[in-house]
Amino acid sequence: MRRSLPPLVCATMLAALWLVFMAVPTEREMGIVQRIFYFHVASAWVAFLGFFLVAGASAVYLWNGARTADRLAEAAAEVGVLFCTLVLVTGPIWARPVWGVWWTWDPRLTMTVILWAIYASYLMLRAFGGEDEAVRRYAAVLGIIGVLDIPLIMVSVRLLRGIHPAVITRNEGGSGLVDPWMRAGLGVSALALVLLAVWLIALRMRSARLAEEVAALRREVLARGGEAA
Amino acid sequence: MSDPPVRAEGLVRAFAGTPVLAGVDLVVQAGEAVVLLGPNGAGKTTLLRILALLLRPGGGRLALFGTEARAAPPALRRRIGYVGHESLCYPDLTAGENLAFYARLFDVPDATARIAELIGWAGLELAAHRPVRTYSRGMAQRLALARALLHGPDLLLLDEPFAGLDPEAVAMLQRCLGALRAAGHAIVLTTHDLERAAPVATRLAILHRGRVAWTQEGAPEPVVVAAAYQAVVAGRA
Amino acid sequence: MRGALAILAKDLRIEWRTRESLASVFVLGVLLLVVLTVAHDPAPEAAPALAPAVLWVSFVFTGLAGIQRGFLLERENDCLAGLLTAPVDPADIYAGKLAANVVLLGATQAVVVPLTGLFLHADLWPVLPGLLAVLLLGNVGFAALATLFAAVAARTRARETLLPLLLLPLALPLLIGAVQATQAVLAGGLGAAREAVAVLVAFDVVFAVAGWLLFAYVVRD
Repeated sequence: MRRSLPPLVCATMLAALWLVFMAVPTEREMGIVQRIFYFHVASAWVAFLGFFLVAGASAVYLWNGARTADRLAEAAAEVGVLFCTLVLVTGPIWARPVWGVWWTWDPRLTMTVILWAIYASYLMLRAFGGEDEAVRRYAAVLGIIGVLDIPLIMVSVRLLRGIHPAVITRNEGGSGLVDPWMRAGLGVSALALVLLAVWLIALRMRSARLAEEVAALRREVLARGGEAA
Repeated sequence: MSDPPVRAEGLVRAFAGTPVLAGVDLVVQAGEAVVLLGPNGAGKTTLLRILALLLRPGGGRLALFGTEARAAPPALRRRIGYVGHESLCYPDLTAGENLAFYARLFDVPDATARIAELIGWAGLELAAHRPVRTYSRGMAQRLALARALLHGPDLLLLDEPFAGLDPEAVAMLQRCLGALRAAGHAIVLTTHDLERAAPVATRLAILHRGRVAWTQEGAPEPVVVAAAYQAVVAGRA
Repeated sequence: MRGALAILAKDLRIEWRTRESLASVFVLGVLLLVVLTVAHDPAPEAAPALAPAVLWVSFVFTGLAGIQRGFLLERENDCLAGLLTAPVDPADIYAGKLAANVVLLGATQAVVVPLTGLFLHADLWPVLPGLLAVLLLGNVGFAALATLFAAVAARTRARETLLPLLLLPLALPLLIGAVQATQAVLAGGLGAAREAVAVLVAFDVVFAVAGWLLFAYVVRD
């Protein structure tokens, strides 16, 4: 599995790039900049999935204390925040030429920001929570609470629409794609980014495991050294 | 004989990767008073907190009164009394209020009378209406002891209970522990101060680098113990 | 259950004895309101429109400070160990602390809300019942999350700095719902706020239950 992943990721990425920049027709209203949409939406899906992965791994960790689950949660959070950042960066790039503004407090954008903030707080907790085992448990609790928050975020941001006038009427969910090439573009982009995310998570987990092994070895050496002295 | 109050096998515990307990075996029967000695960092407090069900061991088995600690029902905690480094009492409440609170938590029958009895026993009648914040170290320690005894536990765990006590308080504590032991309770206490703990002990053990490195039944001469202590700390791995 | 009530009573008694949290909440609440109002410097006609946002922002920050104190209480003299060696279910500890925090936050609101009405010329009396309902719902939801994460923050190295970081992103739906509900109530009474109130109720239920179930994982080492 480890061997086959990198070439697979490369292949799908190349396919996606070809589709998005070559095969897909230019969108009538928005022009060339619309091509960013495929990676923008795909990134959003990955970021979303990442959240559920964090929560699932967190729940497993609380249940049986499996260190692998904890590493998975951490890796998924890091990769998730990466893709969430990509969404927040590609969004304004797309929005500026099309809507004339860099940002608006549209429900979907607001939700993405909140998601990003929750990811970030999870990583803050891991970074500044201290060295103790307990931090893994706290992070797991946060991971689960975070995913419970998602439906509430989705519902509450719709309340905002009442106050802020919609800047533009845009496609709900980005679907309503009629052209089959466009659908293929989105599908392949999504597949490419999901595979990329899986690869990054696997790498990150392996790196975490190796770091733990190194730390354990270092402690052992120091302990032995202490005894010899 | 029914299940011993404490049966610990191979207890292991690490903090942030650093091992603190590396395989502790300990059995304590009713009517025994085990005194744990050991240098700082030997794991005495950690071991005691595991016995008090405050910490979970990273490995090994622990059974209190025959019940596996892992599956400990709340009722098991009723049989354990714990005195830690700190008083476990809220500084802004009075002694009476603290004891009343814990009496509620432990569901102590006839609480008012029991509290009055313990306050008298601890010599805190005059201070009973002042917040714990104003107590001296000795008074706080006596209150901590009263708190642990409130619900009549069968197993008493004390972490350096003699620290900071004046000779009179030490004598009182020794008498109290002796009486409890004679009445069939089990006691485990940790200390730096062998002299004060020795009169109470039925067994001594030295904890070093997370293991029980030396143990002796009865109450050996302090000199013997001191020599063993030096040997353990200096040489034995 | 008995444990939860005992803990609630104990926390309230300590709070009443010291009045530390109440005092700091009062002062902080006033300061926040002043800062927010003065910074915007609204005209008297425009001011009431700010009231919901100002009210809830002040509530969040004073609430944070107050709840943090509640867990520092348990750190002194290692009192949390006292609770954990007792035959009390951690879920009951959560319930008791949650109830105490709701009371404390209620006291916060009792300070912040009238002052908001005063500074921003917002007329709160006519809509008081609806407003009280919204205040309570927002209170419970915030307390549910804050109680859980204050326990986390109190047991980590970074302590005070961590609690806002953990809490605020998660509490955003609550904040949005509360502000929207308050706005609607001020305009047309409780009926107009139905959607927002539903969000608040859902939030309260989800996180009170989640906190109740997950608290054991936070406090049991």
